[in-house]
Amino acid sequence: MADKRFLDAIHDALHEEMARDPSTVILGEDVGRKGGVFGVTDGLYEAFGEARVIDTPLAESCIVGVAIGMSVNGLRPIAEIQFADFIHPAFDQILSEAARMRYRSRNGFECPMVIRTPYGGGVHGALYHSQSIEAFYAHIPGLKVVVPSTPADAKGLLKSAVRDHDPVLYLEHKKMYRSVRGDVSDGDFTVPIGPAAVRRPGRDLSIFAYGLMLHESLGAAELLAREGIEAEVVDVRTLRPLDTKTILESVARTSRALIVHEDNRFGGFGAEIAATIAEEGFRSLDAPPTRLGGPEVPAVPFSAPIEEWFMITADKIAAAARTLVAY
Amino acid sequence: MSPKATKTQASVSRDKGEPAATALLEMYYYLCLARAVDERMWALQRSGKAAFVISGQGHEGAQVGAVYALDRALDWLVPFYRSIAAVLMKGMPPAEIFLIQLGKDTDPSSGGRQMPGHYGHARHKILSTSSPVATQCLHAAGIAYAAKVRGTGEVCLTAMGEGATSEGDFHEALNFAGVHRLPVIFVVENNGFAISVPQKKQMAVDNVSARAAGYGMPGVTVDGSHVLEVYAAARQAVARARGGEGPTLLEVKVPRLTAHSSDDRQERYRTAEDLAHARAQDPVHVFAAELRERGVLTPEGEQEIRARIQREVDLGTEIAEAAPLPDPATALRYVYFEPDAER
Repeated sequence: MADKRFLDAIHDALHEEMARDPSTVILGEDVGRKGGVFGVTDGLYEAFGEARVIDTPLAESCIVGVAIGMSVNGLRPIAEIQFADFIHPAFDQILSEAARMRYRSRNGFECPMVIRTPYGGGVHGALYHSQSIEAFYAHIPGLKVVVPSTPADAKGLLKSAVRDHDPVLYLEHKKMYRSVRGDVSDGDFTVPIGPAAVRRPGRDLSIFAYGLMLHESLGAAELLAREGIEAEVVDVRTLRPLDTKTILESVARTSRALIVHEDNRFGGFGAEIAATIAEEGFRSLDAPPTRLGGPEVPAVPFSAPIEEWFMITADKIAAAARTLVAY
Repeated sequence: MSPKATKTQASVSRDKGEPAATALLEMYYYLCLARAVDERMWALQRSGKAAFVISGQGHEGAQVGAVYALDRALDWLVPFYRSIAAVLMKGMPPAEIFLIQLGKDTDPSSGGRQMPGHYGHARHKILSTSSPVATQCLHAAGIAYAAKVRGTGEVCLTAMGEGATSEGDFHEALNFAGVHRLPVIFVVENNGFAISVPQKKQMAVDNVSARAAGYGMPGVTVDGSHVLEVYAAARQAVARARGGEGPTLLEVKVPRLTAHSSDDRQERYRTAEDLAHARAQDPVHVFAAELRERGVLTPEGEQEIRARIQREVDLGTEIAEAAPLPDPATALRYVYFEPDAER
């Protein structure tokens, strides 16, 4: 067991998987000698060579499209998109190609590949270095979408993603790279893609969150506890497939659901959780399933006061929870 | 661990690169087979049995010449919707084309999930294809990258129309392939029209091959009515790829003999002169004349080939028409990996 930063856990998973399976390759912009703009792939170029740690041209569709070709011919590519904000040119390759390859060939071909990308705000990244993109991709059958929130999960889920038979989008909140630490078991272990995790038990309401918002939600639960409100905090972890069982069981215990994400609320991923609770957990409810999401502006603005205005914090979550409990 | 490149078709004289008579007749057979299969596809559509046709008529010379230069067992084909001759040569019999055409359960490309013309076949190393154009260029580059680092000796050939060359993925793929000197051949079957848009509105150059310089690879333009011209150029490209010298952009000028698809009427945007000119470029006729002149194709030989193709196309149609349609109960399957499923 060792205390690791979020970033180091991801790095370790990459290093161990590259060492374990010679068919794995890493490709992306600046992933080679530089070790990635955040340093996630630091040292891998030296350890595994330029044929397996590939500095690609600056072209996101290329990164994903080439990874698809590699994956059908015996390699296990781990693609890095430098910022989630820049993944959009690859949308067609992800949606029309990677996610559909198995279905459209009726199991003739498969694309075992991972696309890692840092998302999220709070780092002065403004409109084009802060976006949350999960809603676009969680909508796609054939794709899996994973958002770890602890270093141990970051490592275990990434290993599962690398070993998965299907394409996995693996989202890393960039503010967590160096600010979130945690215990990580030594050696090889995996965390299965799919199950959510109850991070804090409670009886008065359930808070569902992932990524950085999980940490803000745990902070909110601390604040609420001082007031005698016991919030159960559920780490969703995997957006597709979604663990509706754990979500519904939690709502059955607490009768109230607050769904939190940094992405703007309209058409966001929270709507899927809220709709699931409304459809399948209606009888448990004492209050409407409630979403707390980012404001309805195109993206996170830059200057400190307006960035803070955008970001969802423990205080904002606690306020929403109080309203919900008082319903 | 990996299969090494085997030599290309045995009947090709390797000294001069000039195919022997048996090879020429095999090429001619595939040219005529592809045409007959294509014509049957239209007949199935016109008689209400098939919903849609996208045709390869006029492209056969380009495909036969190019694919003949491959090691058809070892090498990869990443096709497009006009690649009928190419997939036949890679091992898909006429019956499979008709199963695809009719959306049958045993359609080997998609089990009736995709529209006709979306060819793919894992066993024959024909990658499954989608409808957005040029996306496959990147897949071909990735396949070639894997072949190179795994040392399999495989070459990957991908095909597209000239309209696809306007897409960003075309550029990104050639750029990546050039940087890594990958064993991949980009074949542009240039028929002068992207549905209705003529080449002069698609690009400011006369030849797509001119763009190769920007990717650090050779660009070649050949006449697709002359199968042997295509074959000679493809053979060089395959040799380059196999020898580790990198990719080639091979542009083949072909006539488009039919409308874009069964939902298109090309008389709306093509003149009678243009259509007559296209018919005069028909690679089947041009190659037949060439073979007769060489004394390779005799009237008896021709009759024999035609009769064999007629039998094969009739049998294929029969098999496909009798095959079951997919069961909706299976339509949810294979969205994700299924541990117990056969692949």
